[in-house]
Amino acid sequence: MVRLNELPVEELFTSGHRLCAGCGAGTIMRMTLKATRGPTVVVNATGCVEVASTIYPYTSWKVSWVHVAFENAAAVASGIEAAYKALRRKGLWDKHVDVIAIAGDGGTFDIGIQALSGALERGHDFLYICYDNEAYMNTGIQRSGATPHGAATTTSPAGRKVPGKPEFKKDLIGICAAHGIEYAATASPAYWNDYITKVRKGLEVEGPAVIHVFSPCPLGMRFDSSKSMEVARLAVQTRYWPAYEVEKGRYKLNIKVPQPKPLVDFLKMQGRFSHLFQPEFQHEIEALQRWVDENWSRIASLCGETA
Amino acid sequence: MAKVIGLTGNEAIAYAVKQCDVDVIAAYPITPQTIMVELLSEYVYNGEINAEFVCVESEHSATSACVGASLTGARVFTATASQGLALMHEMLYIASGLRCPIVMGVANRALSAPLNIHGDHSDMMGSRDCGWMQVYAENAQEAYDWIIQSFKIAEDPRVLLPISVNIDGFILSHSMERVEVLEDEDVSRFLPPRKPVITIDPAKPITVGALCLPDYYFEMKRQQVHALNESYNVIREVNKDFESFTGRRYDLLETYGMSDAEAAIISLGSTAGTAKAVAMDLRDEGKKVGVIKPWVYRPFPDEDLIKAVGDAETLAVLDRACSFGAPFNALCSDVVAALYRYGKSSVKVFNCVYGLGGRDITPTDIRAIFNEALEAAKTGIVKEQLKFIGVRE
Repeated sequence: MVRLNELPVEELFTSGHRLCAGCGAGTIMRMTLKATRGPTVVVNATGCVEVASTIYPYTSWKVSWVHVAFENAAAVASGIEAAYKALRRKGLWDKHVDVIAIAGDGGTFDIGIQALSGALERGHDFLYICYDNEAYMNTGIQRSGATPHGAATTTSPAGRKVPGKPEFKKDLIGICAAHGIEYAATASPAYWNDYITKVRKGLEVEGPAVIHVFSPCPLGMRFDSSKSMEVARLAVQTRYWPAYEVEKGRYKLNIKVPQPKPLVDFLKMQGRFSHLFQPEFQHEIEALQRWVDENWSRIASLCGETA
Repeated sequence: MAKVIGLTGNEAIAYAVKQCDVDVIAAYPITPQTIMVELLSEYVYNGEINAEFVCVESEHSATSACVGASLTGARVFTATASQGLALMHEMLYIASGLRCPIVMGVANRALSAPLNIHGDHSDMMGSRDCGWMQVYAENAQEAYDWIIQSFKIAEDPRVLLPISVNIDGFILSHSMERVEVLEDEDVSRFLPPRKPVITIDPAKPITVGALCLPDYYFEMKRQQVHALNESYNVIREVNKDFESFTGRRYDLLETYGMSDAEAAIISLGSTAGTAKAVAMDLRDEGKKVGVIKPWVYRPFPDEDLIKAVGDAETLAVLDRACSFGAPFNALCSDVVAALYRYGKSSVKVFNCVYGLGGRDITPTDIRAIFNEALEAAKTGIVKEQLKFIGVRE
């Protein structure tokens, strides 16, 4: 794993962007670019990072950066990768260029899943990073396929009858790994060296790689902006967010959690779950706990760990 | 010495693309364009062209990949039709907004519902304001010639806008015609490799596609208007250059019999060919009729159109698409706006919608339209301003 003194001092994602105080995604972007290894182009889907980091005529990006639309970061990355391949073959270009596509959970789990699947199947050499704040936070907290069970959003409100989102989160890495890609991983920014190491690994793979990173959102998950990394750490320590990787089909658990903290520690910190603590919705917390337990044992078993 | 071969419209476009030294092709098959994509795949898989073929999972991704590739500095081609073009709609505006000189072949086809695979212009007319240049070919030769010219027009630093070359679905896409093709070397001399003005070269990082709020967005759009205005002259220059290579003359529009025409038909694409043939017969009968065929529909050649109209008194404008709820349909609305703009609103106009979903328009239909236009020129009265030709009422 990478060590702090091995990281470049240079900031390729600069300060001055308009992301909220405590936004996990900003930290994730900064870490992502600390892992780059040479000429890099970033393709950014529409979302929080995109709108907050490139308000014309300003930009936070010191690498070439392209935003095209919401649902197509993987397709745009495909075109860029194909173009450099063709230009290199014709002698019109001489360097390798790393292409990183970055999208939120809406742009990945929902509207962008087709373009992502297509690009993975075609085998383009690029790294796709989904920063998952578990709802459409940019448009004001609407549910996505990544929103967990029970969470309140503006389109899955904490109703008197239906207490937050009834459905459970999609298994993104399962979907991506099923494409037979060489590298797929989950991460949390609280474990910065794990994340940065994974980004570098994803870049070094020839072919597509996917990283699914938990992105704490003070505004949408409703917690104090000073608590971002604490929430991101608890996500892992409660086994809510297993940090693992799938390398050439082999699963590996990167952060072991032998003595998990109770899930409620993670839930209690976030306003989006506060309604679940009313006695009549206690069963929803239990349902979420069961999902966490089952998800953990499934992954632990894939990783050859005894849960 | 030019080579003459038999090619369908689809084949003519694929053949032209093959000679244009493209770097990236990203496309998705759809009837009646499929053969374009099949042939281009074949060229790539046989090593006949040195290009990357990105066989995308949708038309939306086709245009997305084209935008990415174009920003990288590559010469880029895509092709589609109908529902595929509709699915691209979002990306069409982005391709022009990000000033990507993509060339696209479109085998025009009706839009669903009901589902129909045959030719009409509903697809491209639905995207007529997307900031792309749009060319309509009358036959396979024109399709071939315009593709080669299109790369040069689109990639010109004064323009930097995408362009579509349209052929009528099935009528042109699947009909075998005589096509004079250039030697590969001649195409290379006419069209050197793309010299991009600015790319996403990581050594000189740029931010493309930033969020532009009310303080800058309007200026960006104004620049697109400016670029389209610039394209008139670039198109003319490229047409002249092409003529010196091939002897084939192109312009923003083509006219037939307009020097003394009292009544004229204005039509895009293959129907203009039928209209010219009918006009020829009518002129032999002593009737003063003419035809105006805009090759370029966007930017709309209004100035040239007014010159071409000359002293004609009546215009019958043929639309192969419906602008539901509009006073006139797309082409006719533009013609009327041009006449008004140049102080010629006294010219009588009527609009004929025809051929939706691939319904044939016959010489007899066109003869009747000419006669009605001549009648209106004589009496000064337009009987019906909006007609539907060949439909069961």
